[in-house]
Amino acid sequence: MDDIKVTKNKKSNTSEDVLIVNNIEVVYSHVILVLKGVSLNVKKGGITALLGGNGAGKSTTLKSISNLLASERGEVTKGSVTFGSEQIHNLDPSQLVKKGVIQVMEGRHCFEHLTVEENLLTGAYTRSNNKEVKDDLERVYGYFPRLRDRRTSLAGYTSGGEQQMIAIGRALMAHPTMILLDEPSMGLAPQLVKQIFEIVAEINRKEGVTILLAEQNTNMALQYAEYAYILENGRVVMEGTAESMRDNEDVKEFYLGISSEGRQSFKDVKQYRRRKRWL
Amino acid sequence: MSVELLNFIETVLNGLMSGVMYSLVALGFVLIFKASGVFNFAQGVFALFAALTLVGYQTGQVPFAHLINELFGTNYHNWYASMPNFLAILLTMVTMIALAWIIERLVLKHLVNQDPIILFMATIGLAFALEGVGDLMWGSDVKVLDVGIPSGGSIWLEEATIGLAAEGSDYYGMYVDVLNIWATVIAVILVVTLALFSQYTKTGRALRAVADDHQAALSVGISLRSIWILVWAISGFIAMVAGIMWGTESGVQFSLSLIALKALPVLILGGFTSIPGAIIGGLLIGVGEKLAEIYIGGYFETGALENWFAYVMALVFLLFRPQGLFGDKIIERV
Repeated sequence: MDDIKVTKNKKSNTSEDVLIVNNIEVVYSHVILVLKGVSLNVKKGGITALLGGNGAGKSTTLKSISNLLASERGEVTKGSVTFGSEQIHNLDPSQLVKKGVIQVMEGRHCFEHLTVEENLLTGAYTRSNNKEVKDDLERVYGYFPRLRDRRTSLAGYTSGGEQQMIAIGRALMAHPTMILLDEPSMGLAPQLVKQIFEIVAEINRKEGVTILLAEQNTNMALQYAEYAYILENGRVVMEGTAESMRDNEDVKEFYLGISSEGRQSFKDVKQYRRRKRWL
Repeated sequence: MSVELLNFIETVLNGLMSGVMYSLVALGFVLIFKASGVFNFAQGVFALFAALTLVGYQTGQVPFAHLINELFGTNYHNWYASMPNFLAILLTMVTMIALAWIIERLVLKHLVNQDPIILFMATIGLAFALEGVGDLMWGSDVKVLDVGIPSGGSIWLEEATIGLAAEGSDYYGMYVDVLNIWATVIAVILVVTLALFSQYTKTGRALRAVADDHQAALSVGISLRSIWILVWAISGFIAMVAGIMWGTESGVQFSLSLIALKALPVLILGGFTSIPGAIIGGLLIGVGEKLAEIYIGGYFETGALENWFAYVMALVFLLFRPQGLFGDKIIERV
């Protein structure tokens, strides 16, 4: 239980951390405060999970890293995001994709009227070497053989699972070093969720792509991730290795559905009240 | 062939050709609507502005002459040198691209992810602003546009058809305006180029991707800004072509901007999101109008059936096929 940290102390940044989110605050439409000081460290080459319920701020956190916030009239008002050794919170998404950070959005967001193959090719929009792109296309088909069979059909007519594969494959086509994966399990059958997670883990292993995964399916995410953060109401309330999280009584109760008493959320447990942190 | 049949063919032919003129305007609408989800009310003013600019460059007018003279007490109106057509058209193109850039900068950039109705209102504002700028820049008098496209009846066609009627009948051959034939050829070239571009190039694919899903396009690193500037520039170019055609036919005057209204029924017929739809819609409206005018126009005492028939056709279409003939299939998975 010792390696669980109820975020009281600032974790020291190590050189292994490829992405450091430092105390960011996000405001939508200049008024709606969504993230109230979120800090994360993502280790290079690993899978880090971002857990929490609806509206906890998982997607917003990912979007503030990939900077898709701007198109939703949101902005980071405080804090900083560092990728490698660079501040990235004022780069626009196309510059970020070139630097190797790409987001797979929640709800797939395939281009419905483009074919499966065209969808994958748009992922390589920022790249100019045609031969490499072609090789990568083959690699993506290697991970997702089902997409090869359906390469000429319109993405709008493929199944939910296939669309998730398209979305992940499309991100891979950008040749990223880091993928921000938002809720890959959404609306999929348990069998398929497992399959998608397996492939994600395989991609992580083989390509060395760092993955930051936002998930509601806590059970699944903790099986594949090495480290996890729990967000509640725009704050990180808990962090720790996946192992320790799985064994934690409160996580079991609140997120894994193994319940005993009448406690419903971290806010009912005094010790987890997050203290104000002064950077 | 009987004279009736020949007349019918002539009517259809003329309808098709004037339909092409509508299509040219509708095409600009479709492009912008697809790529940025904006119904660009200013498309007609675009055409007007392009035509004004072209005439201005051609005849060597000084832009903003009245304003400059008023402010500085000078009296410049003309450079006293005209420009060759080719150069004038090229410069107008550059102007339209600059215009697209300015619009993105001043208007679109600030309205990302707003409701379509807000963007629509913005384009109405844009239409009036641009009309004002056009007036200020080039003056409001009616101008003659001549870029060397011939107009008037095609003598060749007249002579070729005069012999088709039965001997002794009172037939003088078909009348088709050469300008319309030119418009058709140019429209065909434009559409084929556009279709090839959007289907087979990387930028074209990005364009279609943006049309499908802005957010996802952003997430894979497509820069919305550059795509939007590109799209507005292309439709500015199409507006220029439309402006040249309409301007040559009826002079460059401020009522030219009203051709946008003629494009509306074309879009409803063809679908707001389809390039072939804009073409076929335009042709159908053109032919429908001409046939209606000739064959049932006589039953209406007021005449001028041509002015409102298109809108009635559009209304009927809205009832039975709201997405238009070739509009995006509404993909629905259950």
